Amino acid sequence: MSTHPETSPGLSVSGLAEHELGRRRFVGYLLAAATVTGAAQIGIGLGTPAAAVVPGVPQPADLYDLNDLLTDAARPTANLIQVVVEEDGTASFELPRAEVGQGITTSIAMLIAEELDLPLGKVHVTLSKARPELIWNQMTGGSNTIHAMYTPVRVAAAIARKALLDAAAIALAQPHDTLSVYEGVISAPGGASISYGELATSAAALVTKAVDVELKPKSDFAVIGTPRRRKDALDAVTGKKQFAMDIDVPDALPAMVCRAPEHNGTVKSVRNQKDVEAMPGVTHVVTIPTGVAVRAKTFGQCINAIRALDVEWNPGSVSGRSDADVLEELRGIQRPMAVPNVEELLGTVTDAVGGLAGGLTAADVKTLDTDYVFYTRSGSPLETNCAVADVRADKATIWAGSKTPIVAAESIALELGLAPTAVTFNVMESGGSFGRKLFWDAALEAALISQKCQAPVRLMWHRADEPRQGRNHPMATSRVRTVWAGDNILSVEQQHTCTATDYRHGFGEILTSSAISLPAGVSNLGVSETIFVTSQQVPYDFGVTTQGLMETTSRAINSGAVRNVYSPDVRTALELTVDQIAKRMRLSPVEFRLKYAKEDRLRRVIKQVAAAGSWGRSMPAGTAQGIAIHQEYKGYSACLVEIDCRPETVGRKVYHGVTGPRVTKVTFAIDCGEVINPKGVEAQMQGGIMDGIALALTASTHLEDGHYLEASWDNYFYTRQWNTPPDVRVFVMDPVTDIPGGAGEAGVAASFAAVACAYARATGTTPTSFPINHHDPIGFEVKSFVPPVPASPTDGLSHTY
Amino acid sequence: MPNYTFKLNGEKVTVDVEDSERLLWVLRDVLGVRGPKYGCGINVCKACTSHINGKAFNPCATPVSALDEDDEITTIEGLADTAPGDGLHPMQEAWLDADVAQCGYCQPGQIMAAVATVNKAHAEGRSVTDADIDQIRNICRCGTYFRIREAIKAGAAKMG
Repeated sequence: MSTHPETSPGLSVSGLAEHELGRRRFVGYLLAAATVTGAAQIGIGLGTPAAAVVPGVPQPADLYDLNDLLTDAARPTANLIQVVVEEDGTASFELPRAEVGQGITTSIAMLIAEELDLPLGKVHVTLSKARPELIWNQMTGGSNTIHAMYTPVRVAAAIARKALLDAAAIALAQPHDTLSVYEGVISAPGGASISYGELATSAAALVTKAVDVELKPKSDFAVIGTPRRRKDALDAVTGKKQFAMDIDVPDALPAMVCRAPEHNGTVKSVRNQKDVEAMPGVTHVVTIPTGVAVRAKTFGQCINAIRALDVEWNPGSVSGRSDADVLEELRGIQRPMAVPNVEELLGTVTDAVGGLAGGLTAADVKTLDTDYVFYTRSGSPLETNCAVADVRADKATIWAGSKTPIVAAESIALELGLAPTAVTFNVMESGGSFGRKLFWDAALEAALISQKCQAPVRLMWHRADEPRQGRNHPMATSRVRTVWAGDNILSVEQQHTCTATDYRHGFGEILTSSAISLPAGVSNLGVSETIFVTSQQVPYDFGVTTQGLMETTSRAINSGAVRNVYSPDVRTALELTVDQIAKRMRLSPVEFRLKYAKEDRLRRVIKQVAAAGSWGRSMPAGTAQGIAIHQEYKGYSACLVEIDCRPETVGRKVYHGVTGPRVTKVTFAIDCGEVINPKGVEAQMQGGIMDGIALALTASTHLEDGHYLEASWDNYFYTRQWNTPPDVRVFVMDPVTDIPGGAGEAGVAASFAAVACAYARATGTTPTSFPINHHDPIGFEVKSFVPPVPASPTDGLSHTY
Repeated sequence: MPNYTFKLNGEKVTVDVEDSERLLWVLRDVLGVRGPKYGCGINVCKACTSHINGKAFNPCATPVSALDEDDEITTIEGLADTAPGDGLHPMQEAWLDADVAQCGYCQPGQIMAAVATVNKAHAEGRSVTDADIDQIRNICRCGTYFRIREAIKAGAAKMG
C-alpha cells in the first residue's frame, strides 16, 4: 500500500492554463508518484479560478484588484487535486471540501467510480486537511461543491484510468484499443486480465507529465445519475462515524467555557478561581476573550465547574436591547422604495407594446405594497461548536469540522503568535453545519485554551451557548412594491433589510478575510450586497425588476450565512405578494405562476407538483394548499404544500413542544441540472422542507434586555416529528442540461414560501411576520443566565419507555 | 470516589467516578463509548438515547449512582447483538435501506428511540402508528424526519 504522494513544485506542472479540448477532452497531469495518481487543475471547467468558490459571484468591486493580484501571484504548482489508485485496487481522494451531511463524499466518490470503472465501494473519499496553496479552492459554501468539482474530479480519475490502460496494454501485450474495463479489472480479447491493483505501481509515472483525456460520454454513465446510498451510512447507524468529539487525541481532556449572561459580554474578573480549580476533575481554569474556560476530566465536571464559577461580567454588545429595538434599527436604515413614476412607466410600456390591452388607462394602474418581518433564528446544528486542539510552543494541531480550514488555520496562527505554516488543521466530518462551519469560533477557543493550559483540549460548547452566544440568521424586513395594469406587471421592487451577515471568513483564505474585516463593517456590506445581488432573482417576467439589500454595519449580533442565506426570507416575501396579486387578477396561484414564470424550466417543475400534488383538489375549511417556486444554484424548484390550520390541530398538545398548524403533505420538484445522486438530492430537499416548515411556523430566537431567551431545543423550536408532514414526495427532474447545479440549500426557500402561502390561504390572513408564533407568549421557562448553563437532570430513569 | 458496576453492551464494567456523574460522560469520557452523542445535556434533544434493560432512556439525565449492578445498558454499539443473527439489528437495516442519515450525528439516538418505540407498541399487541412516531422527541437538525418515519415502519415489520 502506498502513501499519498505529496505534490511538490519539481514534479507537477504549474502555470499552464487549462485547455478544454472540445466538450469532453481535457488536459490534466499524471503525477510522479508511487502508484497511479491522476490530477486535474482544480479550476478546470470553470470560468476563472478566482470564481471557483462561489459561482457567478463577481468579486466585490472594492476587492477586484486584490483578487486579480492574488490570482496571478498565487497559482502555486500544487494547485491540484489528485485521485490515487492504490496497490489494493482501491482509489482514494482527499476532498478539499467539508462533509457536513450534504452527501458530497458519496457523490464525489460516484464521479470517480464512474470515470475509473471501479465499484463505488472501492473508492475512498476523505476530507483534506487545510491546504493553503488551494487559496479559494477549499471553501465549502454556496451549494457549490459539485458544480466546482464535477469536471476536475472526473478528469483526474480519467487520467488515472488511462495510465492503467497503458500499463495493461504492455502487461497483456495487447493493443490499447482492444482492452475493456469492468469493475477495476482490465481484460484482453483472449480472456487474459489484470487488475488495477496489480497495475498501480507499474502504471505510476516517474515524472509528472501532461496528459489529455476524454471523459466518458453521458450515454455510457452507469453510476452518475443513479440513486446511491451514502457511503458513510453503515458507520452512521452503528455509532462508528467519528465527529470531532469522538476522536482520541492523547491527553485532550474536555473543556467548556463559562460565558457571559449577555450576548457577547466579557469577563471583568473571576472571584473564585482557586475554589473552582480545586473541584473534582478540574485541571485548569483560564480566562479567554469569550469567557472563563474550564478543563476537566469529564464534560460533566466541566458543567459543574462552570455552574460554580463566580464571575464579574462586562455588559454585552446588545446590552439593554430587545427584538423591538433591533427592528426599529432596521426600519431606520431601510432604503426608500425607488420604483419609477407610475405614469412614466405606463407611458413607456404603452409605447413599447403599442397600447395596453383592453384600452386600459393610467387609472387602471394598481400598486400593492407588502412588508414582512423575519425574526432572528439560530443557525446551530445538533453538534454544538467543538474542536480538539493541541498547541505547543512552536506548533499547533486542530481537529474540527470546517468549511474554511485555510483561513481558520491562518487566523488561529495569528492569534497564537505562530507562523501560519505551524498550524495543522485537520478537517473532521461535521454533525451538520447550515453555515455554522464557515466560522472557526470553537477551533480558535480550543487553541487559545490549549495554549494557556499548555495541554491538549477537546472543547465543546454547551447547548445553552448556541442560541445565546452563537451565530444567528439575521433579523430582516422585506418590502415589495408591485405595480400592474390589467394583466401586465409593470414593475416589482423588493428592498431587503437585515442586521449584518458576517462574511469575515472571506472566500476561505486570510487575505479576502482581512479585507472584509476592516473596521466599521463597511467592506463587509460590500460583500453582502454582492452575494445578495448575485444570488437573488425574481423568477417572473415582472417588467422593471429591482432588488436591493441594506444591512446594518454593526457586528453587535453574532451572525453568519445560514443555509440558503437571504433566499428563504426574500422569496417568501415575494411569493406571498405574488399570491395577493394573483387573487386580484382572479388567477389561481398555479395559473399565475405558469403565466409569469420566466423560464420553461420553472414551468416544468410547477406542472410537476401541480399534477403530482393534485393542485386544486377540494379541501375542508381551515386547510389549504400553497405553492411557491425558486431559482438558485443553477436549479429550479417548486413546492406544493397542504396545511391544516383547524383549531383541533393547532391546539393539539405536546409536552414542552410547539404544535400549531401542521403541514400534512409536501410535493416538491427540483430541476438541478445534471444529477449525480438523485437519492442524495431527494434527501437534501427533504431536509430543506423541514427547514422551511420551521422558518414559517415555529423557529426563532427572542432578544430581550441584551439576552437571547432560548437556551435549548425545547426552547428553540426546530421542526420535530409532531410537525413533520406524514406525506412528503420529492421529484428530481430528468436533467435538461449537463451542468450540475447545487442541492444542499436549494430546498429551503420554496418550502418556506409555500408553507407561508398555504397558511395565508387556509386562514384567509396573510401573516406579516415570521415565524407565525414569534409574538406568542414565551412557552417555556427561561433558563438562568447566571450560571449560564443548566444542570443536567437526574431523573432520567423516570422517563424510560 | 466510589466504584459503580453495571453491564454495558453485554460486558460487566466497573468505573471509579463521582456518584453524580451523568452516565453520558461515564460512557463517553471515561469508557470511550462514543455512539451516544451530546446535543443538550438536559434530556431534550435525545441524541444520547440508549437502552436500560431494553427500554429507552437518556444517559445525560441519569447519574451513574442510579444504576444497579445488574442493570443492562445498551448503546448503539451493542444494539445489533440484541437481535438474532450475526448481522445488524433490523432497525439498522431499515435505516440503511431508507438511506436515512445525512450528517449522522443524531442517528444513533434516533435508532435507539425507534427500536424502543416499536417494542412498546408490539408489547401492547399492536403495530407502530404515525401517532407513536409523532411522540418521538429526538431532534434531527438535517431534517431526516420523513425517512425516519419510513424506516421505523419498515424496521417494525422486520422486527416481527
